[in-house]
Amino acid sequence: MASTQRSYARGSLRGKVAVAGVGETEYYKRGQSPDAEFKLALKAIIAACNSAGIDPRSVDGFASYSDDRSDPSRLAAALGCRELAFANMQWGGGGGGSSAALANGAAAIVAGLADTVVVFRALAQGQFGRFGQGPRVNTISGSGAHTVPHGLMSPAQMFAMKVVRFMHDHGVEQEALRAIALACYQHAQSNPRAVMHGRPLDESTYDASRWIVEPFHLFDCCQENDGAAAMVLVSAERARDLPHKPCYVLSAIGGSHYRAGASVHNTPDYASSNFKSIAPRLYEMAGVTPRDVDVLQSYENFTGGVLMSMVEHGFVEPDGCNEFFTKDNLIAPDGALPLNTSGGNMAECYMHGLGLNVEGVRQIWGTSTAQVADVNVSMVTSGPMVTPVSSCIYGTEATL
Amino acid sequence: MTTSYLAPGLAVPVPRRDGLDTAYWTGLRDGVLNLQRCEDCGRFQWGPEWICHRCHSFELSFLPVEPRGRIYSYERVWHPVHPALAAQGPYLIVLVELPHADDVRLVGNLLGDAEQPVTIGAEVEGVFEHHPDAEAPHSLLQWRLKTS
Repeated sequence: MASTQRSYARGSLRGKVAVAGVGETEYYKRGQSPDAEFKLALKAIIAACNSAGIDPRSVDGFASYSDDRSDPSRLAAALGCRELAFANMQWGGGGGGSSAALANGAAAIVAGLADTVVVFRALAQGQFGRFGQGPRVNTISGSGAHTVPHGLMSPAQMFAMKVVRFMHDHGVEQEALRAIALACYQHAQSNPRAVMHGRPLDESTYDASRWIVEPFHLFDCCQENDGAAAMVLVSAERARDLPHKPCYVLSAIGGSHYRAGASVHNTPDYASSNFKSIAPRLYEMAGVTPRDVDVLQSYENFTGGVLMSMVEHGFVEPDGCNEFFTKDNLIAPDGALPLNTSGGNMAECYMHGLGLNVEGVRQIWGTSTAQVADVNVSMVTSGPMVTPVSSCIYGTEATL
Repeated sequence: MTTSYLAPGLAVPVPRRDGLDTAYWTGLRDGVLNLQRCEDCGRFQWGPEWICHRCHSFELSFLPVEPRGRIYSYERVWHPVHPALAAQGPYLIVLVELPHADDVRLVGNLLGDAEQPVTIGAEVEGVFEHHPDAEAPHSLLQWRLKTS
Protein backbone atom coordinates (compact mmCIF):
# COMPACT_ATOMS: atom_id res chain seq x y z
CA MET A 1 0.00 0.00 0.00
CA ALA A 2 1.53 3.32 -1.06
CA SER A 3 2.13 5.78 1.73
CA THR A 4 0.65 9.23 1.51
CA GLN A 5 2.88 11.60 -0.41
CA ARG A 6 4.20 14.34 1.82
CA SER A 7 6.18 17.39 0.90
CA TYR A 8 8.58 18.99 3.31
CA ALA A 9 8.95 22.17 1.29
CA ARG A 10 6.91 23.74 4.07
CA GLY A 11 6.58 22.68 7.67
CA SER A 12 9.96 21.01 7.84
CA LEU A 13 11.94 20.80 11.05
CA ARG A 14 15.15 21.20 9.08
CA GLY A 15 17.59 23.54 10.80
CA LYS A 16 14.97 25.20 12.98
CA VAL A 17 15.83 23.54 16.28
CA ALA A 18 19.15 22.69 17.92
CA VAL A 19 20.35 20.49 20.73
CA ALA A 20 21.84 22.95 23.20
CA GLY A 21 22.92 20.53 25.89
CA VAL A 22 23.07 16.87 26.87
CA GLY A 23 23.27 15.17 30.23
CA GLU A 24 23.67 11.64 31.55
CA THR A 25 23.87 10.03 34.94
CA GLU A 26 26.52 7.53 35.74
CA TYR A 27 25.53 4.31 33.99
CA TYR A 28 25.00 1.15 36.04
CA LYS A 29 24.41 -2.52 35.54
CA ARG A 30 20.76 -3.17 36.43
CA GLY A 31 20.11 -3.07 40.15
CA GLN A 32 23.27 -1.14 40.98
CA SER A 33 21.99 2.44 40.89
CA PRO A 34 22.12 3.95 44.38
CA ASP A 35 19.56 6.50 43.20
CA ALA A 36 15.83 6.08 42.69
CA GLU A 37 14.70 6.19 39.07
CA PHE A 38 13.09 9.63 39.44
CA LYS A 39 16.28 11.00 41.00
CA LEU A 40 18.21 9.64 38.02
CA ALA A 41 15.85 11.60 35.73
CA LEU A 42 16.43 14.79 37.73
CA LYS A 43 20.21 14.35 37.69
CA ALA A 44 20.30 13.85 33.91
CA ILE A 45 18.05 16.88 33.32
CA ILE A 46 20.13 19.10 35.61
CA ALA A 47 23.28 17.94 33.81
CA ALA A 48 21.73 18.66 30.40
CA CYS A 49 20.68 22.16 31.51
CA ASN A 50 24.19 22.83 32.85
CA SER A 51 25.61 21.63 29.54
CA ALA A 52 23.28 24.03 27.71
CA GLY A 53 24.04 26.93 30.03
CA ILE A 54 20.39 27.43 30.94
CA ASP A 55 18.51 27.53 34.24
CA PRO A 56 16.41 24.34 34.71
CA ARG A 57 13.58 26.63 35.88
CA SER A 58 13.30 27.91 32.32
CA VAL A 59 12.47 24.46 30.92
CA ASP A 60 8.84 24.59 29.78
CA GLY A 61 8.44 21.29 27.96
CA PHE A 62 9.22 17.60 28.39
CA ALA A 63 9.10 14.79 25.83
CA SER A 64 9.71 11.11 26.43
CA TYR A 65 8.64 7.66 25.22
CA SER A 66 7.90 4.07 26.19
CA ASP A 67 5.65 5.08 29.09
CA ASP A 68 8.49 6.67 31.05
CA ARG A 69 7.46 6.78 34.70
CA SER A 70 8.94 10.23 35.44
CA ASP A 71 5.85 12.35 34.97
CA PRO A 72 6.49 15.83 33.49
CA SER A 73 4.25 17.54 36.04
CA ARG A 74 6.25 16.03 38.89
CA LEU A 75 9.49 16.94 37.15
CA ALA A 76 8.37 20.53 36.61
CA ALA A 77 7.27 20.80 40.24
CA ALA A 78 10.49 19.28 41.53
CA LEU A 79 12.62 21.57 39.38
CA GLY A 80 10.56 24.68 40.06
CA CYS A 81 9.92 25.24 36.36
CA ARG A 82 8.13 28.55 35.91
CA GLU A 83 5.52 26.91 33.71
CA LEU A 84 4.79 23.64 31.93
CA ALA A 85 3.76 24.29 28.33
CA PHE A 86 4.34 20.91 26.67
CA ALA A 87 4.10 17.42 28.22
CA ASN A 88 4.49 14.75 25.56
CA MET A 89 4.59 10.97 25.48
CA GLN A 90 5.35 9.04 22.27
CA TRP A 91 3.18 5.92 22.16
CA GLY A 92 4.78 2.52 21.71
CA GLY A 93 7.11 0.36 23.68
CA GLY A 94 10.78 -0.31 23.29
CA GLY A 95 13.28 2.31 22.25
CA GLY A 96 11.44 3.13 19.04
CA GLY A 97 10.49 6.49 20.51
CA SER A 98 13.94 7.82 21.27
CA SER A 99 14.20 9.87 18.09
CA ALA A 100 10.44 10.43 17.86
CA ALA A 101 10.50 12.15 21.27
CA LEU A 102 13.11 14.46 19.79
CA ALA A 103 10.85 15.03 16.76
CA ASN A 104 7.91 15.83 19.03
CA GLY A 105 9.94 18.24 21.14
CA ALA A 106 11.39 19.94 18.09
CA ALA A 107 7.95 20.24 16.51
CA ALA A 108 6.63 21.87 19.67
CA ILE A 109 9.35 24.52 19.46
CA VAL A 110 8.76 25.15 15.75
CA ALA A 111 5.03 25.45 16.39
CA GLY A 112 5.56 27.87 19.24
CA LEU A 113 4.07 25.58 21.88
CA ALA A 114 7.18 25.69 24.05
CA ASP A 115 10.60 27.37 24.10
CA THR A 116 12.88 24.97 26.00
CA VAL A 117 12.07 21.28 25.72
CA VAL A 118 13.86 18.51 27.58
CA VAL A 119 13.85 15.13 25.86
CA PHE A 120 14.63 12.50 28.46
CA ARG A 121 14.50 8.84 29.43
CA ALA A 122 15.01 7.44 32.92
CA LEU A 123 15.05 3.70 33.39
CA ALA A 124 16.08 1.66 36.41
CA GLN A 125 15.43 -1.95 35.41
CA GLY A 126 16.78 -3.06 38.77
CA GLN A 127 13.94 -1.20 40.49
CA PHE A 128 11.01 -1.94 38.18
CA GLY A 129 11.68 -5.27 36.49
CA ARG A 130 13.95 -6.54 33.79
CA PHE A 131 13.08 -6.26 30.11
CA GLY A 132 14.77 -9.57 29.35
CA GLN A 133 12.51 -11.73 31.51
CA GLY A 134 9.13 -13.23 30.76
CA PRO A 135 5.98 -12.18 32.61
CA ARG A 136 5.38 -13.73 36.04
CA VAL A 137 1.62 -14.10 35.84
CA ASN A 138 -0.69 -17.09 36.07
CA THR A 139 -2.88 -16.28 33.09
CA ILE A 140 -2.53 -14.16 29.98
CA SER A 141 -4.99 -12.84 27.42
CA GLY A 142 -4.85 -10.81 24.23
CA SER A 143 -2.03 -11.11 21.73
CA GLY A 144 0.34 -12.47 24.40
CA ALA A 145 -1.93 -15.48 24.88
CA HIS A 146 -0.94 -16.61 21.38
CA THR A 147 2.81 -16.50 22.07
CA VAL A 148 3.70 -16.71 25.78
CA PRO A 149 2.36 -20.26 26.34
CA HIS A 150 4.70 -21.35 23.52
CA GLY A 151 7.69 -19.83 25.31
CA LEU A 152 7.83 -16.70 23.13
CA MET A 153 7.87 -13.82 25.61
CA SER A 154 11.14 -11.85 25.72
CA PRO A 155 12.28 -9.15 23.29
CA ALA A 156 15.05 -11.43 21.97
CA GLN A 157 12.44 -14.09 21.23
CA MET A 158 10.02 -11.59 19.66
CA PHE A 159 12.65 -10.35 17.21
CA ALA A 160 14.86 -13.37 16.47
CA MET A 161 12.15 -14.85 14.26
CA LYS A 162 12.21 -11.77 12.01
CA VAL A 163 16.00 -11.89 11.84
CA VAL A 164 16.02 -15.62 11.00
CA ARG A 165 13.72 -14.95 8.07
CA PHE A 166 15.77 -11.95 6.87
CA MET A 167 19.04 -13.91 7.08
CA HIS A 168 17.38 -16.79 5.21
CA ASP A 169 16.06 -14.52 2.45
CA HIS A 170 19.38 -12.74 1.92
CA GLY A 171 21.99 -15.33 2.84
CA VAL A 172 23.35 -13.29 5.75
CA GLU A 173 26.07 -15.06 7.74
CA GLN A 174 26.59 -14.98 11.49
CA GLU A 175 29.85 -13.06 10.97
CA ALA A 176 27.87 -10.02 9.82
CA LEU A 177 26.11 -9.89 13.19
CA ARG A 178 29.40 -10.49 14.96
CA ALA A 179 31.02 -7.46 13.29
CA ILE A 180 28.36 -5.21 14.84
CA ALA A 181 29.00 -6.56 18.34
CA LEU A 182 32.77 -6.22 17.92
CA ALA A 183 32.47 -2.60 16.80
CA CYS A 184 30.25 -1.65 19.75
CA TYR A 185 32.58 -3.28 22.26
CA GLN A 186 35.69 -1.77 20.68
CA HIS A 187 34.23 1.75 20.93
CA ALA A 188 33.31 1.16 24.58
CA GLN A 189 36.97 0.56 25.39
CA SER A 190 37.77 4.25 24.82
CA ASN A 191 34.63 5.43 26.66
CA PRO A 192 35.07 5.58 30.46
CA ARG A 193 31.28 6.01 30.89
CA ALA A 194 30.66 2.63 29.31
CA VAL A 195 29.58 -0.22 31.55
CA MET A 196 31.68 -2.54 29.34
CA HIS A 197 34.75 -0.25 29.49
CA GLY A 198 37.71 -2.48 30.27
CA ARG A 199 35.90 -5.57 28.97
CA PRO A 200 36.98 -5.98 25.35
CA LEU A 201 35.36 -8.55 23.07
CA ASP A 202 37.20 -10.60 20.45
CA GLU A 203 35.97 -12.97 17.75
CA SER A 204 36.67 -16.18 19.63
CA THR A 205 34.91 -14.93 22.78
CA TYR A 206 31.88 -14.03 20.68
CA ASP A 207 31.91 -17.38 18.88
CA ALA A 208 32.21 -19.30 22.15
CA SER A 209 29.48 -17.36 23.94
CA ARG A 210 26.24 -19.15 24.68
CA TRP A 211 23.14 -18.88 22.54
CA ILE A 212 20.30 -16.80 23.93
CA VAL A 213 18.04 -17.59 21.00
CA GLU A 214 19.48 -18.40 17.59
CA PRO A 215 20.83 -16.36 15.79
CA PHE A 216 21.66 -14.27 18.88
CA HIS A 217 24.63 -15.17 21.00
CA LEU A 218 24.95 -13.46 24.39
CA PHE A 219 26.99 -10.69 22.75
CA ASP A 220 24.32 -10.00 20.12
CA CYS A 221 22.06 -8.71 22.91
CA CYS A 222 21.87 -5.35 24.63
CA GLN A 223 22.47 -4.95 28.34
CA GLU A 224 19.90 -4.29 31.06
CA ASN A 225 20.88 -1.13 32.97
CA ASP A 226 19.95 1.67 35.34
CA GLY A 227 20.47 5.29 34.34
CA ALA A 228 19.02 8.39 32.74
CA ALA A 229 19.84 10.70 29.84
CA ALA A 230 18.46 14.06 28.74
CA MET A 231 18.81 16.59 25.94
CA VAL A 232 17.82 20.27 25.87
CA LEU A 233 16.19 21.56 22.68
CA VAL A 234 15.86 25.24 21.82
CA SER A 235 15.27 27.23 18.64
CA ALA A 236 18.19 27.51 16.24
CA GLU A 237 18.37 31.27 16.82
CA ARG A 238 18.64 30.86 20.57
CA ALA A 239 21.20 28.06 20.29
CA ARG A 240 23.66 30.40 18.61
CA ASP A 241 23.93 32.41 21.86
CA LEU A 242 24.54 29.34 24.05
CA PRO A 243 27.91 27.76 24.94
CA HIS A 244 27.95 24.80 22.55
CA LYS A 245 28.43 24.95 18.83
CA PRO A 246 24.85 24.43 17.63
CA CYS A 247 23.90 20.86 16.77
CA TYR A 248 20.98 21.33 14.40
CA VAL A 249 18.15 18.88 13.96
CA LEU A 250 18.05 18.31 10.19
CA SER A 251 15.21 15.82 10.47
CA ALA A 252 13.48 13.59 12.98
CA ILE A 253 10.59 11.23 12.26
CA GLY A 254 8.68 8.40 13.91
CA GLY A 255 6.39 5.84 12.31
CA SER A 256 6.21 2.40 10.77
CA HIS A 257 5.16 0.69 7.55
CA TYR A 258 1.82 -0.82 6.50
CA ARG A 259 0.22 -2.83 9.33
CA ALA A 260 3.46 -3.12 11.26
CA GLY A 261 1.27 -3.56 14.32
CA ALA A 262 -0.67 -6.58 13.03
CA SER A 263 -0.68 -8.94 15.99
CA VAL A 264 0.68 -12.47 16.43
CA HIS A 265 3.52 -11.89 13.93
CA ASN A 266 1.15 -11.13 11.02
CA THR A 267 2.80 -7.98 9.67
CA PRO A 268 2.71 -8.51 5.90
CA ASP A 269 6.31 -7.31 5.39
CA TYR A 270 7.56 -9.40 8.28
CA ALA A 271 11.34 -9.58 8.02
CA SER A 272 11.72 -5.84 8.49
CA SER A 273 13.10 -3.42 11.05
CA ASN A 274 10.01 -1.27 10.28
CA PHE A 275 11.91 1.73 8.84
CA LYS A 276 10.93 1.30 5.18
CA SER A 277 8.28 4.02 5.19
CA ILE A 278 10.11 6.60 7.30
CA ALA A 279 13.65 6.36 5.89
CA PRO A 280 12.84 8.16 2.61
CA ARG A 281 11.00 10.87 4.52
CA LEU A 282 13.91 11.23 6.91
CA TYR A 283 16.39 11.89 4.11
CA GLU A 284 13.99 14.13 2.21
CA MET A 285 13.46 16.37 5.23
CA ALA A 286 17.18 16.53 5.97
CA GLY A 287 18.15 17.09 2.36
CA VAL A 288 20.90 14.49 2.60
CA THR A 289 21.51 10.98 1.25
CA PRO A 290 22.99 7.94 3.01
CA ARG A 291 26.36 8.78 1.42
CA ASP A 292 26.41 12.12 3.27
CA VAL A 293 26.19 10.45 6.69
CA ASP A 294 29.56 10.67 8.46
CA VAL A 295 28.75 8.59 11.53
CA LEU A 296 25.80 6.44 12.64
CA GLN A 297 24.35 5.43 15.99
CA SER A 298 21.95 2.54 15.36
CA TYR A 299 19.84 1.18 18.21
CA GLU A 300 20.92 -2.28 19.24
CA ASN A 301 18.30 -4.28 20.99
CA PHE A 302 20.00 -7.06 19.04
CA THR A 303 22.65 -7.02 16.32
CA GLY A 304 20.20 -8.33 13.74
CA GLY A 305 18.05 -5.23 14.21
CA VAL A 306 21.05 -3.00 13.55
CA LEU A 307 21.81 -4.86 10.34
CA MET A 308 18.23 -4.60 9.10
CA SER A 309 18.00 -0.91 10.11
CA MET A 310 21.10 -0.10 8.10
CA VAL A 311 19.72 -1.95 5.09
CA GLU A 312 16.41 -0.08 5.30
CA HIS A 313 18.19 3.28 5.65
CA GLY A 314 20.04 2.58 2.40
CA PHE A 315 23.58 2.06 3.68
CA VAL A 316 23.85 -1.42 2.19
CA GLU A 317 21.83 -3.62 -0.15
CA PRO A 318 20.12 -6.57 1.55
CA ASP A 319 22.20 -9.03 -0.44
CA GLY A 320 25.45 -7.18 0.30
CA CYS A 321 25.50 -7.59 4.08
CA ASN A 322 28.26 -10.19 4.28
CA GLU A 323 30.69 -7.90 2.46
CA PHE A 324 29.66 -4.66 4.20
CA PHE A 325 29.41 -5.81 7.81
CA THR A 326 33.05 -6.16 8.80
CA LYS A 327 34.55 -4.72 11.95
CA ASP A 328 36.96 -2.56 9.93
CA ASN A 329 34.06 -0.90 8.09
CA LEU A 330 32.27 -0.03 11.33
CA ILE A 331 34.95 1.38 13.64
CA ALA A 332 36.02 4.97 14.19
CA PRO A 333 37.80 6.94 13.01
CA ASP A 334 38.49 5.45 9.59
CA GLY A 335 35.77 2.86 8.92
CA ALA A 336 33.47 3.30 5.93
CA LEU A 337 30.63 4.07 8.37
CA PRO A 338 31.66 4.27 12.05
CA LEU A 339 28.87 2.74 14.12
CA ASN A 340 27.82 3.20 17.74
CA THR A 341 30.90 5.15 18.72
CA SER A 342 30.05 5.27 22.44
CA GLY A 343 29.55 1.50 22.64
CA GLY A 344 25.79 1.92 22.34
CA ASN A 345 23.12 -0.10 24.10
CA MET A 346 25.32 -3.18 23.97
CA ALA A 347 28.49 -1.89 25.57
CA GLU A 348 27.97 1.65 26.90
CA CYS A 349 24.54 1.47 28.52
CA TYR A 350 21.06 0.39 27.53
CA MET A 351 19.67 3.88 28.08
CA HIS A 352 16.76 2.79 25.92
CA GLY A 353 18.39 4.48 22.95
CA LEU A 354 18.62 8.03 24.23
CA GLY A 355 22.32 7.52 24.91
CA LEU A 356 22.71 6.99 21.17
CA ASN A 357 21.16 10.39 20.50
CA VAL A 358 23.49 11.98 23.05
CA GLU A 359 26.43 10.36 21.26
CA GLY A 360 25.12 11.57 17.90
CA VAL A 361 25.25 15.12 19.28
CA ARG A 362 28.78 14.61 20.65
CA GLN A 363 29.96 13.62 17.19
CA ILE A 364 28.71 16.99 15.88
CA TRP A 365 30.41 18.79 18.78
CA GLY A 366 33.65 16.85 18.26
CA THR A 367 33.68 15.50 21.81
CA SER A 368 33.14 11.75 21.35
CA THR A 369 35.63 9.34 22.90
CA ALA A 370 35.73 7.70 19.45
CA GLN A 371 35.52 10.87 17.42
CA VAL A 372 35.23 10.71 13.65
CA ALA A 373 37.08 13.49 11.81
CA ASP A 374 35.18 16.40 10.25
CA VAL A 375 31.65 15.25 11.07
CA ASN A 376 28.93 17.33 9.47
CA VAL A 377 26.08 14.82 9.33
CA SER A 378 25.42 12.52 12.28
CA MET A 379 22.51 10.09 12.23
CA VAL A 380 20.60 8.02 14.80
CA THR A 381 18.13 5.18 14.21
CA SER A 382 15.94 4.14 17.12
CA GLY A 383 14.28 0.87 18.10
CA PRO A 384 14.28 -1.53 15.17
CA MET A 385 11.42 -4.04 14.86
CA VAL A 386 9.04 -2.35 17.31
CA THR A 387 6.32 0.02 16.15
CA PRO A 388 6.55 2.92 15.83
CA VAL A 389 10.28 3.27 15.23
CA SER A 390 12.07 6.59 14.64
CA SER A 391 15.23 8.16 13.24
CA CYS A 392 16.91 11.55 13.25
CA ILE A 393 19.74 13.38 11.55
CA TYR A 394 21.87 16.09 13.17
CA GLY A 395 23.99 18.57 11.25
CA THR A 396 26.54 21.31 11.77
CA GLU A 397 26.11 24.92 10.69
CA ALA A 398 27.79 23.96 7.41
CA THR A 399 24.86 21.70 6.46
CA LEU A 400 22.25 24.45 6.62
CA MET B 1 -4.21 -34.70 28.90
CA THR B 2 -1.85 -34.95 25.97
CA THR B 3 1.92 -34.63 26.29
CA SER B 4 3.03 -31.06 26.90
CA TYR B 5 5.88 -29.75 24.74
CA LEU B 6 7.05 -27.20 27.32
CA ALA B 7 7.40 -27.71 31.06
CA PRO B 8 4.33 -26.49 32.97
CA GLY B 9 4.32 -23.16 34.77
CA LEU B 10 4.13 -20.56 32.01
CA ALA B 11 1.17 -18.19 31.94
CA VAL B 12 -1.97 -19.98 30.82
CA PRO B 13 -3.96 -18.44 27.93
CA VAL B 14 -7.46 -17.20 28.63
CA PRO B 15 -9.88 -15.54 26.19
CA ARG B 16 -9.99 -11.75 26.16
CA ARG B 17 -12.67 -10.36 28.42
CA ASP B 18 -14.19 -8.47 25.49
CA GLY B 19 -14.86 -11.74 23.65
CA LEU B 20 -12.82 -10.98 20.54
CA ASP B 21 -10.94 -14.30 20.48
CA THR B 22 -13.24 -16.60 22.48
CA ALA B 23 -14.16 -18.72 19.44
CA TYR B 24 -10.50 -19.45 18.81
CA TRP B 25 -9.84 -20.73 22.33
CA THR B 26 -13.06 -22.73 22.66
CA GLY B 27 -12.39 -24.22 19.24
CA LEU B 28 -8.96 -25.48 20.23
CA ARG B 29 -10.49 -27.26 23.23
CA ASP B 30 -12.75 -29.12 20.79
CA GLY B 31 -9.85 -29.92 18.48
CA VAL B 32 -10.92 -27.34 15.89
CA LEU B 33 -8.89 -24.40 14.55
CA ASN B 34 -11.26 -21.45 14.23
CA LEU B 35 -9.88 -18.37 12.50
CA GLN B 36 -11.48 -15.00 11.87
CA ARG B 37 -12.98 -14.35 8.44
CA CYS B 38 -14.77 -11.35 6.99
CA GLU B 39 -18.33 -12.14 5.94
CA ASP B 40 -18.32 -9.35 3.36
CA CYS B 41 -15.04 -9.80 1.48
CA GLY B 42 -14.55 -13.43 2.49
CA ARG B 43 -10.91 -13.06 3.51
CA PHE B 44 -9.25 -14.36 6.65
CA GLN B 45 -7.30 -12.10 9.00
CA TRP B 46 -5.18 -12.83 12.07
CA GLY B 47 -4.82 -11.82 14.93
CA PRO B 48 -8.48 -11.17 15.44
CA GLU B 49 -9.77 -7.60 15.29
CA TRP B 50 -13.16 -5.93 15.46
CA ILE B 51 -12.99 -4.72 11.87
CA CYS B 52 -11.81 -6.19 8.57
CA HIS B 53 -8.63 -4.34 7.69
CA ARG B 54 -9.34 -4.80 3.98
CA CYS B 55 -12.96 -3.69 3.55
CA HIS B 56 -13.80 -2.20 6.99
CA SER B 57 -16.72 -4.52 7.50
CA PHE B 58 -17.67 -5.20 11.10
CA GLU B 59 -19.31 -8.48 10.06
CA LEU B 60 -16.61 -10.94 11.10
CA SER B 61 -17.06 -14.54 12.13
CA PHE B 62 -14.89 -17.54 12.98
CA LEU B 63 -14.59 -20.39 10.51
CA PRO B 64 -12.98 -23.82 11.00
CA VAL B 65 -9.72 -24.11 9.08
CA GLU B 66 -7.69 -27.22 8.43
CA PRO B 67 -4.65 -27.02 10.72
CA ARG B 68 -1.86 -27.31 8.19
CA GLY B 69 0.64 -24.92 6.72
CA ARG B 70 4.29 -24.25 6.05
CA ILE B 71 7.07 -22.86 8.20
CA TYR B 72 7.47 -19.13 7.51
CA SER B 73 10.17 -18.62 10.13
CA TYR B 74 11.40 -20.25 13.33
CA GLU B 75 13.69 -19.81 16.28
CA ARG B 76 15.55 -22.12 18.62
CA VAL B 77 15.47 -20.76 22.18
CA TRP B 78 18.30 -21.68 24.58
CA HIS B 79 18.22 -19.13 27.40
CA PRO B 80 15.28 -19.57 29.81
CA VAL B 81 13.60 -16.25 30.60
CA HIS B 82 11.08 -17.80 32.99
CA PRO B 83 11.72 -20.06 36.02
CA ALA B 84 9.35 -22.70 34.61
CA LEU B 85 11.79 -23.24 31.73
CA ALA B 86 14.94 -23.46 33.85
CA ALA B 87 15.36 -27.19 33.19
CA GLN B 88 13.67 -27.20 29.77
CA GLY B 89 16.75 -26.99 27.59
CA PRO B 90 16.41 -25.72 24.02
CA TYR B 91 13.02 -25.57 22.34
CA LEU B 92 11.70 -24.63 18.92
CA ILE B 93 9.13 -21.96 18.09
CA VAL B 94 7.72 -21.84 14.58
CA LEU B 95 5.75 -19.22 12.71
CA VAL B 96 3.41 -21.15 10.44
CA GLU B 97 1.77 -19.65 7.37
CA LEU B 98 -1.59 -21.05 6.23
CA PRO B 99 -1.88 -20.73 2.42
CA HIS B 100 -5.50 -21.93 2.42
CA ALA B 101 -6.47 -19.13 4.85
CA ASP B 102 -5.04 -16.11 3.03
CA ASP B 103 -1.55 -16.72 4.42
CA VAL B 104 -2.38 -15.82 8.02
CA ARG B 105 0.35 -16.88 10.42
CA LEU B 106 0.17 -18.74 13.74
CA VAL B 107 2.81 -19.16 16.44
CA GLY B 108 3.43 -22.60 17.94
CA ASN B 109 6.12 -25.08 18.89
CA LEU B 110 7.62 -27.60 16.47
CA LEU B 111 7.33 -31.03 18.04
CA GLY B 112 10.21 -33.46 17.99
CA ASP B 113 13.93 -33.07 18.61
CA ALA B 114 14.60 -29.48 19.67
CA GLU B 115 17.99 -29.61 17.98
CA GLN B 116 16.66 -30.83 14.62
CA PRO B 117 17.50 -28.71 11.58
CA VAL B 118 14.49 -26.62 10.55
CA THR B 119 13.69 -25.70 6.97
CA ILE B 120 11.77 -22.55 6.10
CA GLY B 121 8.99 -23.59 3.74
CA ALA B 122 8.64 -27.10 5.19
CA GLU B 123 5.06 -28.37 5.41
CA VAL B 124 3.63 -28.94 8.87
CA GLU B 125 0.39 -30.20 10.36
CA GLY B 126 -1.30 -29.17 13.57
CA VAL B 127 -1.40 -31.18 16.79
CA PHE B 128 -3.83 -30.17 19.54
CA GLU B 129 -2.21 -30.10 22.96
CA HIS B 130 -4.92 -30.26 25.63
CA HIS B 131 -4.48 -29.01 29.18
CA PRO B 132 -7.81 -29.87 30.89
CA ASP B 133 -6.28 -29.80 34.36
CA ALA B 134 -4.62 -26.40 34.10
CA GLU B 135 -5.68 -23.51 36.36
CA ALA B 136 -7.67 -22.33 33.38
CA PRO B 137 -8.35 -25.38 31.20
CA HIS B 138 -7.17 -24.69 27.66
CA SER B 139 -5.64 -26.20 24.55
CA LEU B 140 -2.72 -25.12 22.40
CA LEU B 141 -2.10 -25.77 18.71
CA GLN B 142 1.35 -27.25 18.11
CA TRP B 143 2.98 -28.37 14.86
CA ARG B 144 4.85 -31.35 13.53
CA LEU B 145 6.51 -31.97 10.19
CA LYS B 146 4.02 -33.39 7.70
CA THR B 147 4.39 -37.11 7.22
CA SER B 148 4.17 -37.75 3.49
